[in-house]
Amino acid sequence: MSASTLILLVLGLGLAGWLVARSRAAMFRRAHGGKRIASLPNYHAWYAALWIVVPTLLFALIWAQIADNLVIQHVLASPAAADLPAFGMQRETMLAEARAVATGAAPGVFNPEAAALVEPFDEALTRYNIIGLVVTILIALAGGAWAFLRLKPDFRAHTRVERAVLGVLLIASLVAILTTLGIVASLVFETVRFFGMVNPIDFLTGVNWSPNPMTDGSNPDPERYGAVPLFWGTFFIGVVIAMIVAIPLGMMSAIYLNQYAAPRVRTWLKPALEVLAGVPTVVYGYFAALTIAPAIRDIAMSLGVQNPSSESALAAGLVMGVMIIPFVSSMADDSIAAVPQAMKDGSLAMGATQNETIKRVLVPAALPGIVAGIMLAISRAIGETMIVVMAASATARLSANPLEAMTTVTYQIVANLTGEASLDSASTLAAFALGFVLFLVTLVLNIIALRIVKRFREAYE
Amino acid sequence: MADIADSPLANQANKSLEHENIETGEPKMRARDVDVYYGQKKAIDSVDIDVYTEFVTAFIGPSGCGKSTFLRALNRMNDTIPSARVTGTIELDGEDIYASGMDVVQLRARVGMVFQKPNPFPKSIYDNIAYGPKIHGLADAKPDLDNIVEKSLRRAGLWEEVKDRLTDSGTALSGGQQQRLCIARAIAVDPEVILMDEPCSALDPIATAKIEELIDELRGRYGIVIVTHSMQQAARVSQRTAFFHLGNLVEYGHTSDIFTNPTEQRTQDYITGRYG
Repeated sequence: MSASTLILLVLGLGLAGWLVARSRAAMFRRAHGGKRIASLPNYHAWYAALWIVVPTLLFALIWAQIADNLVIQHVLASPAAADLPAFGMQRETMLAEARAVATGAAPGVFNPEAAALVEPFDEALTRYNIIGLVVTILIALAGGAWAFLRLKPDFRAHTRVERAVLGVLLIASLVAILTTLGIVASLVFETVRFFGMVNPIDFLTGVNWSPNPMTDGSNPDPERYGAVPLFWGTFFIGVVIAMIVAIPLGMMSAIYLNQYAAPRVRTWLKPALEVLAGVPTVVYGYFAALTIAPAIRDIAMSLGVQNPSSESALAAGLVMGVMIIPFVSSMADDSIAAVPQAMKDGSLAMGATQNETIKRVLVPAALPGIVAGIMLAISRAIGETMIVVMAASATARLSANPLEAMTTVTYQIVANLTGEASLDSASTLAAFALGFVLFLVTLVLNIIALRIVKRFREAYE
Repeated sequence: MADIADSPLANQANKSLEHENIETGEPKMRARDVDVYYGQKKAIDSVDIDVYTEFVTAFIGPSGCGKSTFLRALNRMNDTIPSARVTGTIELDGEDIYASGMDVVQLRARVGMVFQKPNPFPKSIYDNIAYGPKIHGLADAKPDLDNIVEKSLRRAGLWEEVKDRLTDSGTALSGGQQQRLCIARAIAVDPEVILMDEPCSALDPIATAKIEELIDELRGRYGIVIVTHSMQQAARVSQRTAFFHLGNLVEYGHTSDIFTNPTEQRTQDYITGRYG
């Protein structure tokens, strides 16, 4: 009996319960001469259906975990299993083969020794399937009976059903939160291991980054794990260069769209701008690596720069800036639109021009929202990976020259995680430490940005 | 009963002057045959009105009668609404404000406006007042600007209350103070006419009384037009009253005449509370 038939069976029982409970509630209503009963028949129906489906599915979930172990135990207890190798791959293969044959997934065995195991497997699977099925049906009936006995004309089924819905919503929201916590926990765990090998002070203040995946097993040279050049590269590409591009262009496009564009132009331009946000970052990466980077190198060469890099920070930063424009623009647009019309009218009625009104009243009033948008954009830029993996370089370098190659935190995370080294070597664990720092920084930026936005909203409501 | 919009406005004005014996010069603003449209819809139909510096003019009428729309036509604030269109002539000192040569920025500096809800900028009290003089280049140096700020706040009756906290945000003041700040802000650019669109509707009675007192003090220095829902307020602060109904100017004349002896049945119905 497969899982899908079991689920169908449970749902079928649930439906039956739904129908029965509904007709019973309808009967109450008729018995009351069509007057109101405490809950609508539908609520009674859902109440019964939930009592049938939820406990049964919970049992099925648990049973799926333990039934497998019970089957293996049964097989191993059989005399045929005595010949199995005690450990290792061969043992696992044979068990898997026998199981495949027993469930009908494979036509026959490859290892003749496994053939003897098919029989016990078959026996165990059948037995536990029947047990599972019977218990499932019993639970469904018990749940249904419990619900059915509680159905009365004055039973407030709707509050119970509302509570169940509330539970579902709560679980749905917890999934996201718990996942985040899980991510943090795994990051912290690996980061702590890394800091056991390399002193955090060395990591956060050292200026030399050159991990060697081949030799840096579990006893690395801390001198080679100074992450400052990575932080600098991230800051220089994601904050300095990208924001020099994104802030003015984003602001200007927001002001144009919000204040000057005719409604028809706006309906076309705004979605077009938002398409920029939907372009996969790997496509931006191509664009940076294949078009912008060579162009910058050629221009630099024609200006007489000696040996310009073809993986310049400038190329990655410029393209990243373009990618960020829609974020800055849409936040700025929203914040300017949130400034009350009265403010704008007040300025215009003083004889200010539209331009003066925007510069001196609207933008200052919208500034908190705009700043928050920029902070969100920064946190996005420093976490951006594909563009820098494709267009930035592997070379860690502390330099303020945008034409030089630089590397970023995200680039090094990718490089160290996908390298040759084993999962517990220092160079791999360094990736987790870098990720942890990145996570903390973006978290702080986001929290600050959200607080600013919240305060700004309160100011106008 | 004769339709008042057809009869010459000059007669109306002369009639009220006989009652009053105030010397008046030329009207500051003169509107003739003004229509205002929103898209296809006619919101104001053929309105003639004169505004004098010597009098406070009140516009009264039920909601949606077009009084605010007409007020906003007087300093071209309707320009900010794309579908709005104004025909007819509105003159300021004999100059057509809708002529192509008219600079809207200059016009609004001469005809200021105070809104229904106080709308100070989210800046300091000082900067709220200094905003207009700065954009119009009225002050060359800091002392000049300080002077303008103090003078405007004094005229708006706010100076004593805020002189020690000019750097506080304008939005931190009380509602009534905010509205006087907005009046001071309008005064700061030295306008000739101030339009007030229900300036007290968001204020409590004490703050309202202060604003009304202020309006009376400003009369004579600035032409003042006030839109109001409160007939008592119109009777208290104005010398001329215009009653609007459904986009028409039903009756315009001396305030005491309008309230004691209206010529139009509709005016009488409105002021006696039969509708509106």
